[in-house]
Amino acid sequence: MYTTELQKTAKIENLEDPKLLEAFEARVAADEFIEPKDWMPEAYRRTLTRQISQHAHSEIVGMLPEGNWITRAPSLRRKAILLAKVQDEAGHGLYLYCAAETLGTSRQQMIEALHSGKAKYSTIFNYPTLTWADIGAIGWLVDGAAIMNQVPLQRTSYGPYARAMVRVCKEESFHQRQGYEIMIALANGTAEQKRMAQDALNRWWWPSLMMFGPPDADSPNTAQSMRWRIKRETNDELRQKFVDITVPQADFLGLSVPDAALKWNEEKGGHDFGEIDWEEFYAVVRGEGPVAKERMKARREAWDNGAWVREAAAAHEEKRRARKAA
Amino acid sequence: MGPRSRGRARGEAPREEGGVSSDWPLWEVFVRAKGGLSHRHVGSVHAPDAELALRHARDTYTRRLEGVSLWVVPSAKIVASDPDEVGELFEPAESKIYRHPTFYDIPDEVKHI
Repeated sequence: MYTTELQKTAKIENLEDPKLLEAFEARVAADEFIEPKDWMPEAYRRTLTRQISQHAHSEIVGMLPEGNWITRAPSLRRKAILLAKVQDEAGHGLYLYCAAETLGTSRQQMIEALHSGKAKYSTIFNYPTLTWADIGAIGWLVDGAAIMNQVPLQRTSYGPYARAMVRVCKEESFHQRQGYEIMIALANGTAEQKRMAQDALNRWWWPSLMMFGPPDADSPNTAQSMRWRIKRETNDELRQKFVDITVPQADFLGLSVPDAALKWNEEKGGHDFGEIDWEEFYAVVRGEGPVAKERMKARREAWDNGAWVREAAAAHEEKRRARKAA
Repeated sequence: MGPRSRGRARGEAPREEGGVSSDWPLWEVFVRAKGGLSHRHVGSVHAPDAELALRHARDTYTRRLEGVSLWVVPSAKIVASDPDEVGELFEPAESKIYRHPTFYDIPDEVKHI
């Protein structure tokens, strides 16, 4: 997911003052929010810095697959909507960078970590957007999965992150609906349009399920993150919810989910579904996704090509200050 | 479109314009009502320094358990948008109704979207 653990870290060591740690854990257990100036364990700070900055990077890189279709949107209405959505992603990235900065990192450090390949972002954005139907599928599935993950994060224990999530969730409520609306239009269109919609679902379904991150059994720090209420639900719980909500939406479109093992399980009150290709997931995490190189190249170029604007703004400010001093 | 300095900032004593203000500088007060919420502006106080500003803010604005945290910010440090630019700043959002979820037609039988 936007926020899942993409870098396995060594086991969290507890070198903290036991008294402070105990008080901290009691606060978190009582559902209190931790604020920037409060004492917090180093591992809590580190985990959150990593998670929030990954989330921010995901919003920023996430502009690329959709930005790819702005000039080719099929109508002015769709173009205005897509532009507004991509603008929102930029805004969400900025809220999140600021939230991460309250933990003691800087914008420059985060951007450098992204551009050097040291920082991760959601695996989903390393897949290409081949047809217009992909824009529908992304809104429906990718934003659907993102919302599923972000809604519980509105109650995450770190105040600035929780507040950023409240704003993001509120703004994002149109993102999924516009995507589903595209899917409805295509599914009710010509045979060719319906085929495009099915093809997009086929390509985005599994990567969307991977957005929730590795299975709980392979997510070593999940227990600690749950205890500290950084995470409020596990990867597998969220993934199950997503499948259960999304399958009827696919049925409504008359499209089929590309999973032969998908079946309603009355006993558990949810769907059983097939095995996710975790090899593919870890390959994408390692930076081997189909368009990973293009994504990073686009980000670095955007940064380099924008350098003159940042320099001009700094020079202008310098000049104004000098004039004032004179 | 950027902020403009028009006259002197709020809270700045009118020193250059004759007469020395004996008022303490003005501070804007923000209160966090409860854990997890953001600080919200509630008003202002005069105080000679940050420490006293906090004390005055506490006495003036949190006598009835209004909050769990206080911020004070020198009023002169606040840069405000120009009221004359309200149209060009905010009207463009009026026509962008597609930024709201209700703009989209999703049949009622589709749930959780």
